[in-house]
Amino acid sequence: MDEFEPQIIAFCCNWCTYAAADLAGTSRVHYPANVRIVRLMCSGMVDPMYVLKAFEGGADGVLVAGCHLVDCHYIDGPEKCDAMFAKLSKMMHVLGLEDERLRREMISTSEGTVFARVVKEFVDQLKKLGPSPFSSLRKEKVAV
Amino acid sequence: MEEVKIGVYICHCGLNIAGVVNVEEVARYAGTLPNVVVSRDYRYMCSDPGQDLIKNDIKELGINRVVVASCSPRMHEPTFRKACQDGGLNPYLYEQANIREHCSWVHDDKTINTKKSKDLVRAAVKRVYYHEPLEVKEAPVNPNVLVVGGGIAGMQAALDIANGEHKVYLVEKDPSIGGHMIQLDRTFPTLDCSECILTPKMADVGHHAFIELLAYSEVEEVSGAIGQFKVKVRKKARYIDESKCVGCGVCEEKCPWKTDSEFEMGLAKRKAIYIPFAQAIPNLPVVDPDLCAYIQSDGKKCGACIKLCEAEAITPETLLNQMDQIVEFDVGSIIVATGYDQFDPSVIPQYGYGKYDNVLTGLHFERITCAAGPTGGKVLLKDGREPESVAIVHCVGSRDQNYHEYCSRVCCMYGLKYAHLIKELSKADVYEFYIDMRCFGEGFEEFYKRLSEEGINFIRGKVAKITDQAITEEEKGKLVVVAEDTLLGKMIRVPADMVILCAALEARSDADKVASLFALNRRADGFFLERHVKLDPVATPTDGVFIAGCCEGPRDIPDTVAQAEATAAKALSLISKGTITLEAAISHVDETVCHGCGRCEEICTFHAPKVISKDGVMVSEVNETLCKGCGACAVVCPTGAISIKHFTQEEILAQVGALTEVQ
Repeated sequence: MDEFEPQIIAFCCNWCTYAAADLAGTSRVHYPANVRIVRLMCSGMVDPMYVLKAFEGGADGVLVAGCHLVDCHYIDGPEKCDAMFAKLSKMMHVLGLEDERLRREMISTSEGTVFARVVKEFVDQLKKLGPSPFSSLRKEKVAV
Repeated sequence: MEEVKIGVYICHCGLNIAGVVNVEEVARYAGTLPNVVVSRDYRYMCSDPGQDLIKNDIKELGINRVVVASCSPRMHEPTFRKACQDGGLNPYLYEQANIREHCSWVHDDKTINTKKSKDLVRAAVKRVYYHEPLEVKEAPVNPNVLVVGGGIAGMQAALDIANGEHKVYLVEKDPSIGGHMIQLDRTFPTLDCSECILTPKMADVGHHAFIELLAYSEVEEVSGAIGQFKVKVRKKARYIDESKCVGCGVCEEKCPWKTDSEFEMGLAKRKAIYIPFAQAIPNLPVVDPDLCAYIQSDGKKCGACIKLCEAEAITPETLLNQMDQIVEFDVGSIIVATGYDQFDPSVIPQYGYGKYDNVLTGLHFERITCAAGPTGGKVLLKDGREPESVAIVHCVGSRDQNYHEYCSRVCCMYGLKYAHLIKELSKADVYEFYIDMRCFGEGFEEFYKRLSEEGINFIRGKVAKITDQAITEEEKGKLVVVAEDTLLGKMIRVPADMVILCAALEARSDADKVASLFALNRRADGFFLERHVKLDPVATPTDGVFIAGCCEGPRDIPDTVAQAEATAAKALSLISKGTITLEAAISHVDETVCHGCGRCEEICTFHAPKVISKDGVMVSEVNETLCKGCGACAVVCPTGAISIKHFTQEEILAQVGALTEVQ
């Protein structure tokens, strides 16, 4: 049987973490291909619904990442994101999901290597955790 | 709604993508997705023929949505949006899948990359389906410019813009403009006197009809965006009446209270009321309130300056009651040129800086060789003796994993300059300890060559420690520089009377505060981040805010001036165009769903939404020029009435849903 390859959906803010992932690219810093990035303008734009949608679709992990507190293009987006994230984290066990499947990071534009490291760590962590209880939903749904 | 017809274009980017992604297979797959009417792959989509593919398909096949899978949208989204527009399509009916930076450049398995590329393309196709045409609005650009920092970078930028007859507000935190450059003695490699070349520029700045100089002032608040920033500046109290002061200097002469002079790096004293240096612009004194006995005693002691000021610029009123002033104005663009701090070598205890009197930094030595400096330009030790030998230590805090990994770029050259000046001004032997000699600029290598014939002892090796523990007769009463001579392959001990540490240039200690004020990003080394390291070196991720000089990283005077001129050109081109395009992807309220609860108003940092009464119903209304499109309001809206155009819930959910599907 093939080794379990977790699927990660990453919500990244345009100004910092998306740019950090770009920098990892331009610097050719390799990391596992398990992550799919959704570009949002700000980490404060991450609606809990988006995270739930990713888990519902069977994603094994969700990464919410944006600017550090002082770097925000919109001044205080990370604080807003933190507030949303705190509420969301409390819901994880209600959904029957392990807390470790949801991860919050602050990664600035210059931290391409940090982005790569975070993805690698998250993949390793999810491999230990095994597939999401909802991942069977993903297998049943065939893309067209 | 008209039928959605999507065109998908997979870029090879030469071999950057095609080398590790099966682009033909991705294009074939894209062709099977719903609503996709055409799917192509092409070698370089950003080239003219590549863009023509899109334009032709819009005209001939009637496609009304476009997806390009290529590099990062941060790179070419504007290019392809423009191609759509040129083809007659609203530019917002476009979506980009990043299969280069986020795929082909970071993973190497072709099968996995091809699968990931398909996922990203599928998500983009599902999302672009919901894109709607957005109206692009323009707003006027305020032609005034704010320049922050009155060093050589800020002055040059201010002069270039003011010479074009546009108003510049130049804000400097110190009592005088001039920055670090005015502290320097001579400049490498030409050895022309720094003051001589800088003071005419300072005078120009001081007198320019289009420059409003706000010295001894700090920017406190910035709001708004490109074209229309609102700025609040705190003009600190000098405790004198600026309108009456003639700058005669009698107050300073007669003031009895002394402390170390910041300008002279503590090598000389200044008074409680002082003009920081002779050529200061503006030529106005400033009172140090912590040192002034009159202020400290609440008017009971001293008051010498009040009695002696013939112009009546100093009065009990100015000394006791003058307050900081808040100055407010509007500008269209901002140039940040806040410079650098010199690294504090006392954090390297083995170098003895702060412990031994004659271990100095570069800036101290600049003051020592300066004819107008504390020693009258003579190379003297703290006790007034002439040194018999001087050691110059390169890379103190630079190129050192414990402190700063980067090279400070100016130290090799100023170290060589010191060696030359010591030879010129004294009889001392000179020992120069270096790791590598980096002499890369115009005339630099020639200067190094010239010096190698002046009898200077060059020692290749990093200094381990500086001590006063003598082990031989010769070392007694001297400092001893202990280093490895890597060319000889052995440890050496060099006795020296004076040691000059070529301390690194580092980011300002308040760089974090300045960064958050102007929404700048900082690199890992602490300096401000440019928008693109090669192709956009003076712009920042914040539109309308530019950076020049050492606040972006260590550089020498010619590079700083060139960069300052570049920022002025950027500001002038904005002014010349006269308008900017407003963000179109902003909040939108569906009034039929809005309850007017006001959660959006509470969370918005920019005060864009306001709950108002419309025909007796409370609803939220968004001010389109204030809204930045951050999306915080949409997250908290309990009814889903607010959405962010181009980032609607429908779009993001479609994208996320598509990503979790199985091929």
